[in-house]
Amino acid sequence: MPKTSMTGLVLKRLASGLVTLLVVSVMVFVGTEILPGDVAEAILGQQATPEAVQTLRDKLGLDRPAAVRYVEWLWNFAHGDLGQSLVSGREISDLIGVRLHNSMFLALTAAVIAIPLSVGLGLLAAFFEGRLADKGITASTLIFVSTPDFLIGYLLLLWGAVKLGWFPALSRLSSGMSIMDQLHAIAMPCLTLTLVVSSHTMRLTRTAILSVMSQPYIEMAELKGVSRERIIIRHAFPNALSPVLNIVLLTLAYLIVGVVVVEAVFNYSGMGRLMIDAVSKRDMPLVQACGLIFATVYVLLNLTADILSILTNPRRRHPK
Amino acid sequence: MITIIRNFEIGAKIGLGIVVMFLLAVFLGPLLSPYSEVEIVGNVWESPNAKHWLGTDNVGRDLMTRILTGGRMTVIISLMATWGAFLIGCPLGIAAAVVGGWFELMVARAVDALMAFPGLILALIVLSAIGTSIPTLILMMSVLASTIVFRLTRAVAADIVAMDYIEVARLRGENMRWFLVKEILPNVAPTLITEFGLRFVYAAILISSLSFLGIGIQPPHADLGGMVKENALAVTFGRSAPILPAVALSFLAIGVNLVVDGVLRHNAKLDRRK
Repeated sequence: MPKTSMTGLVLKRLASGLVTLLVVSVMVFVGTEILPGDVAEAILGQQATPEAVQTLRDKLGLDRPAAVRYVEWLWNFAHGDLGQSLVSGREISDLIGVRLHNSMFLALTAAVIAIPLSVGLGLLAAFFEGRLADKGITASTLIFVSTPDFLIGYLLLLWGAVKLGWFPALSRLSSGMSIMDQLHAIAMPCLTLTLVVSSHTMRLTRTAILSVMSQPYIEMAELKGVSRERIIIRHAFPNALSPVLNIVLLTLAYLIVGVVVVEAVFNYSGMGRLMIDAVSKRDMPLVQACGLIFATVYVLLNLTADILSILTNPRRRHPK
Repeated sequence: MITIIRNFEIGAKIGLGIVVMFLLAVFLGPLLSPYSEVEIVGNVWESPNAKHWLGTDNVGRDLMTRILTGGRMTVIISLMATWGAFLIGCPLGIAAAVVGGWFELMVARAVDALMAFPGLILALIVLSAIGTSIPTLILMMSVLASTIVFRLTRAVAADIVAMDYIEVARLRGENMRWFLVKEILPNVAPTLITEFGLRFVYAAILISSLSFLGIGIQPPHADLGGMVKENALAVTFGRSAPILPAVALSFLAIGVNLVVDGVLRHNAKLDRRK
């Protein structure tokens, strides 16, 4: 097998990422079009007069073929024109602006806490494999994996906000707030998200480290009499870096889904709630816009994870 | 079967106990309850008392009876969605491994596309178009989960197809149907059974999350997630009404996960012995 150049591999992965993005955009578009009638009938309901349906159809340009509308939609989207909401008639980009910022603020704060915490605990569990600390961490993982996100949210809400009164029950951000006030306001949704993703990340980190530590070259280093610290720093860490980086990005991707439920629990004004509202009001352009944004972020995170793994893991440069 | 249960570790036995008790409670409990899940029998959000063991809900219905019938709904919907996922995913996965070629490539690409973004987001997009009736929910959940079932079945079946005894069966001229049912299916079964448990938990949490978000099962039907939503406001008064249905769901999930872990560990031990 000839050695493939690293740039070549990265470029190849970037190209396939672009294709994935296109496929995803087609799916978002088609997903909202698979109903038996069309969007106009769905919005107006059974009792609508044919004239009303036709007017709406004209307004939305639904008489043109789907492929034409798809290309136009994607073209406008790429230029920042997300169209208008069907329900409120407002520009979707205006609706999304602040909410996207709010969701990012929440998700990133949770990530800053969750990632070091869970990677650290995962390392701890791996080093004490089979001992009490490991068993405790593994057992708590099982419980958290089996617990729906909204249960963690409501338990925190009941204890942290209502019974103890430490944090506000409604997480509202307003423009005049200082950064500390903002952090205080999102403390509980942030903690919920942290708990939701940590168990996942912890489990993955533990497995990744254990698989590196069970390699023959680690045993060899031990037999040579290399100290444990040196084995971990010089031999195990560089090889665990790639899986751990991957796990970090997967955690970020997982946060995207977590945000939707957690925002609903705490009435937090973010992208998740915007999308849920759009879905229950069947506001198709808004659903499409939110769906495409969520999907794009997710695909990009996965793409970054893959590229980082190519860069940090020499073995991937020699595909079998 | 019985020897497997006897060989279970303590964790898996506890898990099995939880699952059996949960199923007995949700299928027999509503019959024994003195109340119906729809009748209003008390004040709004009464605390737990002798008449209403878990208190009452947002319009004064008996919460215990509601949780039992809601749990039954969650179990039935999740089971149907999981069966659906296996009915779609298994045949496609085995066929892809056996037939290979362009068929395998096409199905695999479609699955890649479905898995390119998070299930919940895809579910939201599709539900906004087709609406939220119970059949569409089950169908959508089946299709979403079938992707993982397909990948797993294909991987396991591909390993088996490469084995010698399959070659022998082919040379003997066995027909395709016999070949699939008698040679391949029994060998992929153990992996699929544990996967069934995992998919079931995933389905139960997904349908509850959707109902909690208000786009899953619609009133007058109710499942555990929907009950959390109905009673959400009670939390601000310090009451536990929305927490109890969620705890019930969590119990079911923990039980199934413990059993799955036990079976996986049991299989791993058998492998090592070989």
